[in-house]
Amino acid sequence: MTQHIQPYLRLSGLEPLIVRPETNFVNVGERTNVTGSKKFARLIREGLYEEALSVARQQVESGAQVIDVNMDDALLDGVTAMTTFLNLVQSEPDIARIPIMIDSSKFEIIEAGLKCVQGKCIVNSISMKEGEQKFIEQAIICKNFGAAVIVMAFDEVGQADTKERKIEICYRAYKILTAQVGFAPEDIIFDPNIFAIATGIEEHNNYAVDFIEATREIKKLMPLTKISGGVSNVSFSFRGNDHVREAIHSVFLFHAIKAGMDMGIVNAGQLVIYDEIEPNLKQLCEEVILNKNNDDNGATERLIAFAETVKAKGKETVKDESWRNESVEKRMEHALVHGITEYIDTDTEEARLKYPKPLDVIEGPLMAGMNIVGDLFGAGKMFLPQVVKSARVMKKAVAVLTPYIEQEKADRKLNNTNAVEEKGPAKILLATVKGDVHDIGKNIVGVVLGCNGYEIIDLGVMVSADKILTEARKHNVDIIGLSGLITPSLDEMVHIAREMKRLKMNIPLLIGGATTSRMHTAVKIAPEYEEGVVHVLDASRSVTVAGSLLNKDQKINFLSDITSEYDKLKLDFGNKKSSKQLLPFEQAQKKNASLNWKEYNPITPKFTGTKELENYSLAEIATYIDWQPFFIAWEMHGKFPAILTDTVIGEEASKLYKDAQQLLKQIIEENWLTAKGVVGFWEVSKTAPDSILVKHENKNVHLEFLRQQIKKAEGQPNLSLADFIHPNRIDYLGAFSVTIQGIEKHIKIFEEKLDDYNKIILQALADRLAEAFAELLHHKTRKEFWGYAIDEQLSTEQLISEDYSGIRPAPGYPACPDHTEKYKLFALLGGEAATGIHLTESLAMYPASSVCGWYFANPESKYFGVGKIEQDQLEDYAKRKGMSIEEATKWLRPILE
Amino acid sequence: MADIKEVLKQRILIIDGAMGTMIQRYKLEEEDYRGDRFKSWHKDVKGNNDLLSITQPEIIIAIHKQYLEAGADIIETNTFSSTTIAQADYDMQSLAYELNVASANCARTAADEYTKNNPDKPRFVAGAIGPLNKTLSLSPDVNNPGYRAVTFDEVVAAYEEQVKGLVDGGVDILLVETIFDTLNAKAAIYAIKNFFGINKIAELPIMISGTITDASGRTLSGQTLEAFYISVVHANPLSIGLNCALGASEMRPHIEELSSIAKCFTSAYPNAGLPNAFGEYDEQPHETAHIVEEWAKQGFLNIVGGCCGTTPDHIKHIADEVRKYKPRELPITSS
Repeated sequence: MTQHIQPYLRLSGLEPLIVRPETNFVNVGERTNVTGSKKFARLIREGLYEEALSVARQQVESGAQVIDVNMDDALLDGVTAMTTFLNLVQSEPDIARIPIMIDSSKFEIIEAGLKCVQGKCIVNSISMKEGEQKFIEQAIICKNFGAAVIVMAFDEVGQADTKERKIEICYRAYKILTAQVGFAPEDIIFDPNIFAIATGIEEHNNYAVDFIEATREIKKLMPLTKISGGVSNVSFSFRGNDHVREAIHSVFLFHAIKAGMDMGIVNAGQLVIYDEIEPNLKQLCEEVILNKNNDDNGATERLIAFAETVKAKGKETVKDESWRNESVEKRMEHALVHGITEYIDTDTEEARLKYPKPLDVIEGPLMAGMNIVGDLFGAGKMFLPQVVKSARVMKKAVAVLTPYIEQEKADRKLNNTNAVEEKGPAKILLATVKGDVHDIGKNIVGVVLGCNGYEIIDLGVMVSADKILTEARKHNVDIIGLSGLITPSLDEMVHIAREMKRLKMNIPLLIGGATTSRMHTAVKIAPEYEEGVVHVLDASRSVTVAGSLLNKDQKINFLSDITSEYDKLKLDFGNKKSSKQLLPFEQAQKKNASLNWKEYNPITPKFTGTKELENYSLAEIATYIDWQPFFIAWEMHGKFPAILTDTVIGEEASKLYKDAQQLLKQIIEENWLTAKGVVGFWEVSKTAPDSILVKHENKNVHLEFLRQQIKKAEGQPNLSLADFIHPNRIDYLGAFSVTIQGIEKHIKIFEEKLDDYNKIILQALADRLAEAFAELLHHKTRKEFWGYAIDEQLSTEQLISEDYSGIRPAPGYPACPDHTEKYKLFALLGGEAATGIHLTESLAMYPASSVCGWYFANPESKYFGVGKIEQDQLEDYAKRKGMSIEEATKWLRPILE
Repeated sequence: MADIKEVLKQRILIIDGAMGTMIQRYKLEEEDYRGDRFKSWHKDVKGNNDLLSITQPEIIIAIHKQYLEAGADIIETNTFSSTTIAQADYDMQSLAYELNVASANCARTAADEYTKNNPDKPRFVAGAIGPLNKTLSLSPDVNNPGYRAVTFDEVVAAYEEQVKGLVDGGVDILLVETIFDTLNAKAAIYAIKNFFGINKIAELPIMISGTITDASGRTLSGQTLEAFYISVVHANPLSIGLNCALGASEMRPHIEELSSIAKCFTSAYPNAGLPNAFGEYDEQPHETAHIVEEWAKQGFLNIVGGCCGTTPDHIKHIADEVRKYKPRELPITSS
């Protein structure tokens, strides 16, 4: 089937605007025009561009679909003003979303504007007033910039006023543009000139009719072209009387649009609806516009007389606090959507008195507001930090109501009138599984689901399968959600799924967290439990998934879709498995990285044994923070600091960054947290291709490493961390662990204040500080403790991009995926006593904000992923570690096929 | 020379894969990049891959030949960074024109040899015009969102010089690619139109290829795919498509959308999957080809190939898979 593409006028900002036949009149915002808006002119003249942007924003919010920007003012350098303003507009996604109309009578200002805008603009305007040659030149430039053009009905003789002149000039321009310049007809917009009527001069009385009739003819003659015009000109004689002016505009547009007018420059916030104009005024406007009953200016005089009887209803500009004058429901909605806690207590109290029952306030205005938040978030119009702020408002409101709800329940019990206990909202149980300590992601999911009306039962971290299932049944929950960050948690999730089947449970199970994946869920978890297992990629998806699962009509289809999707994944996985090319382990060992040992002399550390760092300066650590993962924790993806000026999320990212900086400052100044760390260095020697012997004061320790087995291109080695240790001479290895302690107390304070927003910021900051501390220690190790790179001079950016020599891989991560080697690392560093870090049964570190790793100093050492391994390596590895095959399989499952 | 428009109506054309990935295989050192001519250049030039067209042309020609052997119909010149603006990193601004001519020559030599041996499968050279390391829509200064590190006129001048070099070196097509800021691309289009307009030479076909950076479905400069399409279609291009940033599986919905809105031919050359934690691409040739095959089957495609991490092996697999399918038919633009 051959596609058809219609010749519509297509414009763009960050988003497209397609003017289709069924498109209603396109509003072009007129207030960002120094000739038309005194306020805008003053702001630009005084260089208050930030405020000038708010004029543009107000136009967009009032429904403008394009904004007209004009800087034609004798006191301004138009080129500079246009460039500065449009560059700023480009960094405001809520404005840059819509196309720009670049408006000037000077072509150099138009060109300057075109050089700033990535989207497809409209040039307003070009004409033949200086002859055909100039007209063609300017049209070619517009075309090369990909802009649509407004052609004014203006030629060498002058501006067209009659219907005939308007049509004649437009047709002549059309022929030149399409035949000589190569313009597409749909990119041509005519402005047949709207002039003022009712001026008292009789020749002016037919101007509106001329425009309307010319429009009709032009559209007949050149159907793909568009018609535009500056609407406010028509009512110029009634300036100062907005009430009458708005009515004239509305009536004029009613007729002009019927004749074929497609767009117009209007004050988007100030159009009255045609049907709502008072009949008397409407009648008078009709006569003046259509020039009826207007002999001797009769109609004009009648309208003027009317105008004098009505007081100009000047409209106040909307102030920021105006929402306070709305109904209590609207105020609560505004507070929720904008995350404002300031008035929520008093508003909630007011609503409580207004509604019959306190619960009605939650189910009525609060839920209505949160539904809007949920919709905006779902549509990508709100971002996670804003949603968490909304949740904070919600929690505060609920806290005001809770005592009354409890009281009511108690009363009901007392009176024994509770015929039926009302069924509350659906309940979702969330937990981080046994052995795992990470809960930022789970907390965010809880907040987002809470915002969407679910009751969340959060069991916290390190929760056993038994407890999860017992609590689930006790609270009669509707969904269970499990979270995990480290690989051993995957097995625990499989275990829980099996248990749910054994217990004949029938509620869906959601799987989430950094270590989980759709593939793992499909292949390993879903087959264990038939009542629905769904992997949820991030917090924003959790809402739709929960919604589909809890809707009786959708659930069956949703689950059958998921099942067939997972079955396909499983099948693909099976197929892929057979096609993955792995080398026999022996061969992989032979293809090790042969480093340049001839020119490498292992450097002796400044000390061997361990060194503890107590209560290290948080201020110094903070200078090593890599902010990018902080934003990722908030589901805001992008490079730092570019993310702060991102066109879409920049504004919210900047707010979050500011709040985080403020809390960080408080953490440092008030010593909320304590940083502890330990580093150690030892003499090592290689005993086998993947084994290293560490000489420790008490007893020697054998470290075992895993090797890549994937078949690689010619000349590419199969790496193992052991390759970075000298094959036959004494070499050295280091290790470290760091932790950030003391977060619990402050988490609790935020929880009591119902402040999830700051709680999650604090957790994310503690994680960042632990990572930063690890970076700092690595830096000190290179320059000082080990001193293998004393001359290193790197900026923070270079540190973050790991431009330094040597690596610090952690057991359990891609280069050494066996978590159990962590036992050895901790033993070498002096055990739990050194830093207070506790290893859980899944080998997660508690406190959660902890980092550990090995240090390799060889300049050729680098990070890599072991990837999948074969049974032959597994057996060899188990033997080396003195583990049973079963146990080794359990720990290495993620890298086994 | 065969008319590419006619060939595109008959079959899906294959564009080559990554140049950088192939250059890495040669493990070149500073001295290799310098060659004799730049032995005493005052700045390190290792990593300036475009320079190799002057100092190691036989390597570049050999890589082109590997892609041609794999079945590529269109090969891209080694000129991703051959502009005065991008070459400033190496202080080699003055070489910009020469780099373009040299790279075009390398590709021309390789392509002509293959066309001569098999005239039924004509090979085309696309002059690659990269996105620059400076952007016109985004401010590099967090505190000053209105600031721009470069002006539109500077960008146009740089691109115009590149276009001149590519045209003088004998390319068949101009390919504006990896567009993450549409305004940069508009400057490139402006430069191209200007160059042909002023010199009164018949315009070469233009291919345009944008980059959707992540799951948001937008370009780095914030545009949706359709907004991007609308912003560049005035180039009256031979094709519009997508490349880089995404692997084939992530690119699919965008290619589907594009094929439903584009009035010209479509192109797609995805990365070999998404990079793993170490920045390496590990999607295997048959995996990429398998995904791309489905696009061809659905009729989304006119031109297909690979970007970062893809190899001649990927291109060969892709070529083998899509051969069976008819190309996307050009839509009718009714008026």
